[in-house]
Amino acid sequence: MPKPKLALYWAASCGGCEIAVLDLHEKILDVANAFDIVFWPVALDFKYHDVRAMKDKSIDICLFNGAIVNSENEEMAHLMRNKSKLVVAFGACAHEGGIPGLANLTTKDEILKWVFKDSPSTVSNNGTYPQTHTRMPEGEIEIPEILETVKALNQVIDVDYYIPGCPPQPDQIWGVIEYILSGKPMPARGATLGAGDKTCCEECPRERKEKKLKQFFRPYEIISDPNECFLDQGIICIGPASRSGCGALCPKANIPCRGCYGAPPNCPDQGAKMVSAISSVIDAHEAEEIEKIIDQIVDPLGTFYRFSVPQSILRRVEKI
Amino acid sequence: MKQIKIDPITRLEGHGKIDIFLNDDGEVANTYFQIPELRGFEQFCVGRPVEEMPRITTRICGVCPEAHHMAAAKACDAVFHVEIPSAAKKLRALLYNVFFAGDHTTHFYALGGPDFIVGPDAPAAERNILGVVKKVGLEIGGKVIEMRKRTQQVIKTLGGKQTHQITSMPGGVSKGVSIEEAKEIEKHCEWFVEFGKFTIQAFNDIVLKNQVYVDLILSDTFSNKTYYMGLVDENNKVNFYDGKVRVVDPDGKEFVKYSPNEYLENIAEHVEPWTYLKFPFLKKVGWKGFVDGRESGIYRATPLSRLNAADGMPTPLAQAEYEKMYSTLGGKPVHATLATHWARIIELLSGAEMALDLIRDPEISATHIRNIPTEIPTEGVGIVEAPRGTLTHHYTTDERGILTKVNLIVGTTNNYAPITMSINKAARGLIKAGVEVTEGTLNKIEMAFRAYDPCFGCATHYMPGKMPIEVRIFDSSNNLIDLVTRNP
Repeated sequence: MPKPKLALYWAASCGGCEIAVLDLHEKILDVANAFDIVFWPVALDFKYHDVRAMKDKSIDICLFNGAIVNSENEEMAHLMRNKSKLVVAFGACAHEGGIPGLANLTTKDEILKWVFKDSPSTVSNNGTYPQTHTRMPEGEIEIPEILETVKALNQVIDVDYYIPGCPPQPDQIWGVIEYILSGKPMPARGATLGAGDKTCCEECPRERKEKKLKQFFRPYEIISDPNECFLDQGIICIGPASRSGCGALCPKANIPCRGCYGAPPNCPDQGAKMVSAISSVIDAHEAEEIEKIIDQIVDPLGTFYRFSVPQSILRRVEKI
Repeated sequence: MKQIKIDPITRLEGHGKIDIFLNDDGEVANTYFQIPELRGFEQFCVGRPVEEMPRITTRICGVCPEAHHMAAAKACDAVFHVEIPSAAKKLRALLYNVFFAGDHTTHFYALGGPDFIVGPDAPAAERNILGVVKKVGLEIGGKVIEMRKRTQQVIKTLGGKQTHQITSMPGGVSKGVSIEEAKEIEKHCEWFVEFGKFTIQAFNDIVLKNQVYVDLILSDTFSNKTYYMGLVDENNKVNFYDGKVRVVDPDGKEFVKYSPNEYLENIAEHVEPWTYLKFPFLKKVGWKGFVDGRESGIYRATPLSRLNAADGMPTPLAQAEYEKMYSTLGGKPVHATLATHWARIIELLSGAEMALDLIRDPEISATHIRNIPTEIPTEGVGIVEAPRGTLTHHYTTDERGILTKVNLIVGTTNNYAPITMSINKAARGLIKAGVEVTEGTLNKIEMAFRAYDPCFGCATHYMPGKMPIEVRIFDSSNNLIDLVTRNP
């Protein structure tokens, strides 16, 4: 039997997903033996036209990481969809938009204006911003167009499965690979692989008493008890609104969760879930007092939706 | 006019693309190295609480998140005007030196080294990590994988996650090491030092004993006379985590030494319309275009630059090799871009030695690892050396510590203009009228920028290690007339 054909691609990403695959260490050689890797820019010859020349649906599995932020990312997403039987959104950026998705809290114009005009180290070139097409004395050169809105992968193409995490943890990646190689039937389309089906809190060793709170603290403001639930101590932790799967790495390192594994099962919106978790621990009944306590939570938008703005019900802010 | 495209060469905030234009005589008219992606971290971090920056900016680069984590944490300390406990500083520096040793290992064996160990003209299919294994011996492949595994393990213990670390925060670190953990890490660090010595020996045996390679390193095609930048300690020795930024001129004399909060007096960035990345330059010298020399503000920030900018290494074994490098290559500064590989493994050894010193310091398992900031947050700059260049994070906040301005000058970005010039010079030196552009030609052009270990370079050459490259030659009517590709 021929080996299944595997492709890995990155769009707007940091490379951390690729590093997570390389962090399989010696097992990476097992992956190379079990699959026929037909496209992997980090490891193999990188030619778009080779992929274009492949027959439609000739790739068995494509692991696609990175958000969609420019016209090239978008084109590549469509190309990989056409050529692949299964497309897996791999990592938080492809899954929900990830950290690059925070750009939806500002605008493309604001970004360009700061980077190429206003930033204190920038010497503006007569107010010129980068152009998609530039005519130089020797000929025309081009770069892709930045999109107005950052998108998760399933906002551009149909996605079959999701592997969450920023980055997905290597043991979870290995678990998915072993499962695929076992030949067992794949789960229903749209399923989340390589993660748990509870919340991060279920994996967290900290003791939880569901205390009622009148005050919130920022992580640097207090020395917290390393054995007690962050939220019980008034420190915002996205654990209750985050899917299990990482093994609660951040709380174990004495740092609150920021929800990189995405929303837990059956929860359409991570931030909304977090709001409900917070409201259940606030010890106040009067509107004014509640508001005062809530005011202590700085940047709820960028914190509760740290990895999921594009996929959230908010999707983006309108003109600021 | 003919146009040659090397597209895409992948990654630095995305992919990279090189266009080479030939004139009607077939000589190189000009080259353009473009960066086609921009994610906008500087703008979308505005409005975020400043203490979140050490865990947001890691996502600028998953290959060197440690660098952003540390620069961000140091900028946060500065914003809050908080001095961190001595043990916290040592814990951060320990993580950071281990990271340097691991990161440089990856580059030397998998990315840059194959050109020397296997040979720049060897078949592409052998010019990779597997070819390195074949040439140096089977156990080396295992050692390289083990080095990566061990460094990632130590980073996870200290940083909480092996990729996208989380433990450094304003005022110190969230987590220390127990005496048991310290013992375990010490064993790893001893192993790192041995690995560093082994790597230096391999470089000596394979590269330095081969006159062809030494001539290639010193050839004019791969040389640019620029300013050099690097972080130094109070004795002007190389320091990755902390210190002042020292810049030397093309003759090796100190041009300026500045503290992080003085960076804006010294560094500015030039904008071109054909790329999303800016070109930093020395403000006091000025932007004069893509030219080298004393009159041009272009500087380099690479392992070789750090060695050029410093008076020596902070550890004994690395210092001995530092002296050997300069005596072999004819004194300081060295302008030969390819000598960056040598400098890189000297840094690898230094990082390992430094990590071993730090883990053996009894203070490393101290429990006072964080100070609570008490002053009103304002503005701060944090600078570390990323493996690929000096990294600057500059934050301004309101009185609640919510970011109002963020300015970042990222490792590889420092070298954008020099990389562009190195490509140009190599292309001019290697592409000649009437001579076929071969795969070997492309590799040598590629070597000119691979020496910088640019972030998109990490993306290529990894395991099976074929630098993905394709050159399309167009005639003046934009018809494709020739195609040269690197065979797998």
